[in-house]
This record gives sequence, C-alpha cells and structure tokens, in this order.
Amino acid sequence: MNSLDPRVERLDLKKAEEGEVHTNSHLITYEVFHQEKRGKQVIHVGIVHASSPEMALILAKEQYARRGKTTNLWVVKTSDVFTFSSEDEDIFETVPEKTFRDPAFYKVRDRIEAFQKRNNLTV
Amino acid sequence: MYGNTNITEEDAKRLNSIEEDAEKLDAFEARIARGEKIEPGDWMPAEYRKQLIRMIEQHAHSEIVGALPEGTWITRAPNFRRKLALIAKVQDEVGHGQLLYSAAETLGKTREEMLDDLLNGKSKYSNIFNYPAETWADIAVIGFLVDGAAIVNQTINSKGSYGPYCRALERICYEESFHLKQGHDNVVYLATGSKIQRDMLQAALNRWYRPLLHFFGPPDKMSAHSEKLMKWKVKLASNDDMRNQFLDMYVPKIWELGLTFPDPNLRKNENDIWEFSDPDWGEFKRVINGGGPCNAERIAVRRYAEEAGRWVRQALMNPSEKYAVPLA
Repeated sequence: MNSLDPRVERLDLKKAEEGEVHTNSHLITYEVFHQEKRGKQVIHVGIVHASSPEMALILAKEQYARRGKTTNLWVVKTSDVFTFSSEDEDIFETVPEKTFRDPAFYKVRDRIEAFQKRNNLTV
Repeated sequence: MYGNTNITEEDAKRLNSIEEDAEKLDAFEARIARGEKIEPGDWMPAEYRKQLIRMIEQHAHSEIVGALPEGTWITRAPNFRRKLALIAKVQDEVGHGQLLYSAAETLGKTREEMLDDLLNGKSKYSNIFNYPAETWADIAVIGFLVDGAAIVNQTINSKGSYGPYCRALERICYEESFHLKQGHDNVVYLATGSKIQRDMLQAALNRWYRPLLHFFGPPDKMSAHSEKLMKWKVKLASNDDMRNQFLDMYVPKIWELGLTFPDPNLRKNENDIWEFSDPDWGEFKRVINGGGPCNAERIAVRRYAEEAGRWVRQALMNPSEKYAVPLA
C-alpha cells in the first residue's frame, strides 16, 4: 500500500484482505464504578467489555483511571445489576404533601412574636 | 461526521410520517421539551433509536479512525515533549471511541456489529480523516482546527436528549480541553518560528481549508431536513450555524498570526455571518463515498488490526489454556 505513513508501509496489509472479518467474539459487559478521592462516594462511570473480572479491572483501569484522579475501581457484571424498569418511574414520586419532612415547613417566628406581645416580654 | 446528523431523503420521509403509539409519543416528546433526558430503558420511537445509533456509532468510528493520521507522526515528532503530548492525545481519542461505542450499545446495537459495519463500509466516519497528514504542520492544524471543529460539534450535541450520549460527551469534553491547547501551542510555535516552519504551516492550512469547511456537512439549502430530529433534540443546530460558529472562533486566531486561508472571499459580512467560496461539495461527496486519498488505507489498517489482534481475543476467551511445567 502506498502510504505516507512509514508504519503502514511496513505492515503486511495483504494479510488482512483475505477472508472475512468476523468480530464475533462477544465479551460480556461489566459496570464500572470509581472512587475519585478517599472519603467520596463510589460512582458509576461506564462499562467495559471483558472476559473475566480480572480483565475487567485491568481494562477499567485503562479506560477510566488513565486520566483524572481515581483511588479505586469496582467492576460488577452487568447481568448482576438489578434495577426497576423505567415504566415504574412513578413509584419514586413520594407524595408532595409530606411537607412535614421539609425544614421550610416549620415556621414559628410569628407565633413567638405574638406570644411576646401578649405577655409584654421584651428581648 | 462527528455526531453526524445529516440524513438522506428516505430518512426524512420516514421521520416525517411517524406511526407510533400516539400517547407514548406525546409523553416522550413532552419529556424532551421539559429538558429531561431519555435513558436506555425508556420507550422511544424507532426512528429516534435508529438515528441516534447511527450518529453515536459514527462519532465513535471517527475517534478511532481519527487517531490514525495523528498516530503516524508519533515516531517523528520534533521533540520529546511534543511526542508525549501526541501520544496522550491519541490515547485519549481511542478512549473516547470506547466511551462512545458503550453509549451506542445502550440503544441495542452490539459492539461487534458496529465494528463489522465499519469494516464492510456500511458505517461512515468523519470525512476529514480520509485526508493524509503530510507534514508535522498538519498535526498542528489537526490538533487546533479539526479538534476545534469537533469541540463546536460536541458542545452543541452535549445538550441533546439522550442521557448516555450526554454523559459520554461530558467526559470527552473534559479530556479534550488539552487537545485544543496543545494544537494551538503547536500552531503558534510553528507560526512564530523560522521561515521554513511558517511556510510548512501555511501549506498545511491551504490543504486543510476545504476539508474543514466540509466538516459540518452540506449547506442547509442542500440537506434533507427533519424538524423531528430538532424536536427530539438529536440535531441541535443546523450545519450552517455550526460552521459559522467554528469560523467565528478560529479564523481570527489564524489571521492574528499573519497566516491566511486560500480563499479571497472568506470574510465576515455586515450580518455577522461568515462568507466563503463554494468549497466544492462534489469533492465532499466523492470522498465520503470512498474516493478520497486515504479511505482505502484507513479501512485496510483497521482490518489488519482486527485480524492481527484476533489471537489476543481468542486467548482471552480460552482461559483454560494454562501454563504447565514441562514433564520431562
């Protein structure tokens, strides 16, 4: 092959032209979690395709810890992760009227001032 | 293209006659209008899924193939620091390809199908990588202007509706930030250096000018349209708008070094729109359909990588091949 790239010139590209290319080596996926800094949460960053947990860790290190900071990585087989279906999204809608859980719901200033006024208390 | 949302006439026809569950479609479109993201488990129209797969997959292929013209200059970088920076950039690009393949996979097309489609020519990649990096100055121009164009595209696409793609783009943008700086640094050192360096850089600019104009795809008046893609936040800006933004950001940065582009009509008009000579859309069509200087080489190298690397995948798949101490 006539190429400007000396490395491509050195390759035996003919080798690749024969036969079909089957990329059908299906490697399963692992979900990758990383901890950026000690003390922080471990969060999901993506997936790797790998043939074993050990390979998954190696590949995750290459993919997710090559740049930026990471103190540790977890890998979990995608098939071991359980989740709700997105159709069930509404089960997470907690009733909006549970205002008693909201700090802003609690207002006592007016009551204190009214009490002080009634009882001639000074501050 | 990077995140190419240029569609064919058939695509446009299909998009404009969607027959999907009306209620589900309304809920889907309302979610997008609210600015919420669509996640992999959600219901989505078949066309949305199809167009997104195509767009993200082609972006992924572009990252991988894009590393090829840059990789060729690693062994010939002018000094050690430039070599290290270029190696890091190429590593980043390959990593970005991986992130994007993963995002595309969430839509149901397997990694292997995508790689097969790259090799058999069904799937495209950004046309600009069908041109060769003839000199070191080409690396400077690619690092500054091609990456600059890609960043314009990515920044716009990061506001799209599909969650996994947006997350991948966030990470990509963070890593890309040094690519642009490294590219500009390269350009400035060459531009402010010796006459030989300046001439080499000007020659590179002359070569890459038209491919850069082609980068964002044909002008709006020449492209098939779909309001659906805009409504679904798959396409977020028109080709002309993105091209204009790119020119606005980068032409002044070349001009301020006393360098030029080979186009006497390149100027910003009274309406703040950049005008330029017709960049020969016939050439664009020829190149993207296989007629460019490097199309064959790019695919041949990827095919070679696939074949030559097969033994590694096979070894991984057969872990029972254990080392045994010789018996005698």
